[in-house]
Amino acid sequence: MADRPQGGAAKAGDNRPKLSLHVPEPKFRPGDAVDFSHIEVPEAGAQPRPDETTDPKDMLDFAHGLIRVLGEDNRAHGPWDPKLDPETLRTMLGHMAMTRAFDERMFRGQRQGKTSFYMKCTGEEATSVSASMALAADDMVFPSYRQQGILIQRGYPMIEMINQIYSNKGDKLKGRQLPIMYSSKEHSFFTISGNLATQTPQAVGWAMASAIKGDSRIAATWVGEGSTAEGDFHSACLFATVYNAPVILNVVNNQWAISSFSGFAGAERSTFAARGLGYGIASLRVDGNDPLACYAAEQWAANRARANAGPTLIEFFSYRAEGHSTSDDPSGYRSAQERDEWPLGDPVMRLKNHLIEIGEWDEDRQEKMDLEAAEFVKKTTKEAEQNGILGHGLHHPFRTMFEDVFEELPWHLQEQADQAIRERETKFPEGLPNGGKGA
Amino acid sequence: MSDTATKTAPAAEQGTERRLNMIEAINDALDVTMGRDDNIVIMGEDVGYFGGVFRCTAGLQEKYGKTRVFDTPISECGIIAAAVGMGAYGLRPVPEIQFADYIYPGLDQLISEAARLRYRSAAEYTAPITVRSPFGGGIFGGQTHSQSPEAIFAHVSGLKTVIPATPYDAKGLLISAIEDNDPVIFFEPKRIYNGPFSGYYDKPVEPWKRFDASVVPEGHYKIPLGKARYATEGDELTILAYGTMVHVVEAVCREKGVEADIVDLRTIVPVDIETIEESVKKTGRCLIVHEATRTAGFGAELSALVTERCFYHLEAPVERVTGFDTPYPHSLEWAYFPGPIRIGEALDKILAE
Repeated sequence: MADRPQGGAAKAGDNRPKLSLHVPEPKFRPGDAVDFSHIEVPEAGAQPRPDETTDPKDMLDFAHGLIRVLGEDNRAHGPWDPKLDPETLRTMLGHMAMTRAFDERMFRGQRQGKTSFYMKCTGEEATSVSASMALAADDMVFPSYRQQGILIQRGYPMIEMINQIYSNKGDKLKGRQLPIMYSSKEHSFFTISGNLATQTPQAVGWAMASAIKGDSRIAATWVGEGSTAEGDFHSACLFATVYNAPVILNVVNNQWAISSFSGFAGAERSTFAARGLGYGIASLRVDGNDPLACYAAEQWAANRARANAGPTLIEFFSYRAEGHSTSDDPSGYRSAQERDEWPLGDPVMRLKNHLIEIGEWDEDRQEKMDLEAAEFVKKTTKEAEQNGILGHGLHHPFRTMFEDVFEELPWHLQEQADQAIRERETKFPEGLPNGGKGA
Repeated sequence: MSDTATKTAPAAEQGTERRLNMIEAINDALDVTMGRDDNIVIMGEDVGYFGGVFRCTAGLQEKYGKTRVFDTPISECGIIAAAVGMGAYGLRPVPEIQFADYIYPGLDQLISEAARLRYRSAAEYTAPITVRSPFGGGIFGGQTHSQSPEAIFAHVSGLKTVIPATPYDAKGLLISAIEDNDPVIFFEPKRIYNGPFSGYYDKPVEPWKRFDASVVPEGHYKIPLGKARYATEGDELTILAYGTMVHVVEAVCREKGVEADIVDLRTIVPVDIETIEESVKKTGRCLIVHEATRTAGFGAELSALVTERCFYHLEAPVERVTGFDTPYPHSLEWAYFPGPIRIGEALDKILAE
């Protein structure tokens, strides 16, 4: 051991070796050749599947391993195979393909100036679509900002998503929220905050309420690995375990939080699933690019919650194939090779190849499905554009800016609303543009 | 006289002679609302079996069960966040933060979440939460058990902030807060839990039962949020205050023979502008008193409102008496506290103009 000299001669800095600060650094930067051989990828089917009511103390290995179902041979293996029928698998593939087509079009729309901002989930579709399919339609979800796949899987009308992204006069959220911060109570989808990890302890609170009421619905929340650094995530784990809440805490580890790699959230020392162990929460680490494993793990956790057996923390080990958002350029901080070298492949390709392998799908049908998805998104986009695009005047009426701050408008907001309308009349003395539409 | 402000506690006139201190009145409000609505749950540090460090939730767990009144981890973030989630489910949570000084770990959940759920979701989701928290000094609590952070919450759009000054008001305002569909911060002036305070710390506390404002009727009644009360009426000046300071200024005015309209605001957001204007236009002089630190305190907002709206009625500059802009000291608590000397000096100044 490196003891510090004691006694009167001891002074600051005389420690041997000198104390040094470790600042994490990702393995690869722009231009670097990428080698992911340090990532352990166990054989599909190698992990046992414990009973859903297992004591977390007896399943510590699941926080460090990797649950995988789809193998290199494109077949499903082992006890985690959810044994879904081909029709369900095709539905899953369809939702993932639709999510990808939607992302492509919305990203392009932002580049064309139709809105201010967009975020893709490319490569992470299984973590929302497949997981969501394992829940009941009225289980409450508290998503982060990259789970558009849940809304698509739950049948939320796509035109509502686009109206929200355009902040147009059709936007049910009245143009108040940054694009993609959806909300749909009808689809048991909580309003997305934009502040990170705040939704995780809220999901626990919702689940506690469901338990207080003797309900049968459970809650599930999604958070990025970077945001697990927030204190809210700790609060969520603690409240979940203290009250044995029927909740699933999904951590999507996509390796990158804008330009900060997962090491800045602690990934150099342990897995994110292992965070659950200290709280006595059942914790599963799952191949997040394996749609069948994602489904199976979420189903296991949902069964556990419904059996009053407690919360589950799931780490979906995945990769953010695109930038953080339309405001981000990952070529400035990571090697472009990473996406191609990622050892767990692409979730859409893996499910497609599985369906082909079992004789339930073919390239022609895939091509046709992709084309239809792109056409549907295009057609829906055109419809949404009838309601306007961001900054072109077809927004909600001015007075709506002051509504919903409180249930009723107090005097000070009424005065400010009057002021806003006066300003508008000063700006447009001849009457409002667009014939007053939207004003 | 505006009909928005209540002059006296009606119960005293009705003669329902049940006298409670503020703790008992708060406990009664919680009991009455919980009995009427199964969706009301109480949670917080030490609120369950023990009944709260100030005893405000005493007996409620025994009466309503452990799933409606329960202890929480020492995590203000988690307490507020869980309440937000429960509110989204359809419950009506009443979390307690043991001291207002400890509310800061929950601020993001209050400011960015509870206060904005209705707005950001276009009213799909709301946060019908009442956060109760003892606040203010005068109990030798040092800098971590004495703060008055009301201005922080007043600055946030989407939060209502309520501060009662009597047992009668505490019950009626708390029932209104709990039944309100927006998030409410309910600060309880802990110095006056057991009796009003004259500002003289070396005099014994006079228990609430000697005062009419401690007559608290049984059952359900509400005092609307956003409506002030005239604690006293007079023509010489208007004093705007809330919580503990209502009683201190009342005592100082009595001592100095000053006839003042003492307006107990009761709610600072939304503030009762009608009553403020009515009184200041009548008296032409306005003193604002709060215990919180001075700079950017709620007194600054009140001063601006009075100046903007009553300027041509004013015969003297608006004055503020507040705590100093230091942390709340332990040994020098009474040098910090805006007591009779500071208030008296301000009264002399404003009345001499």
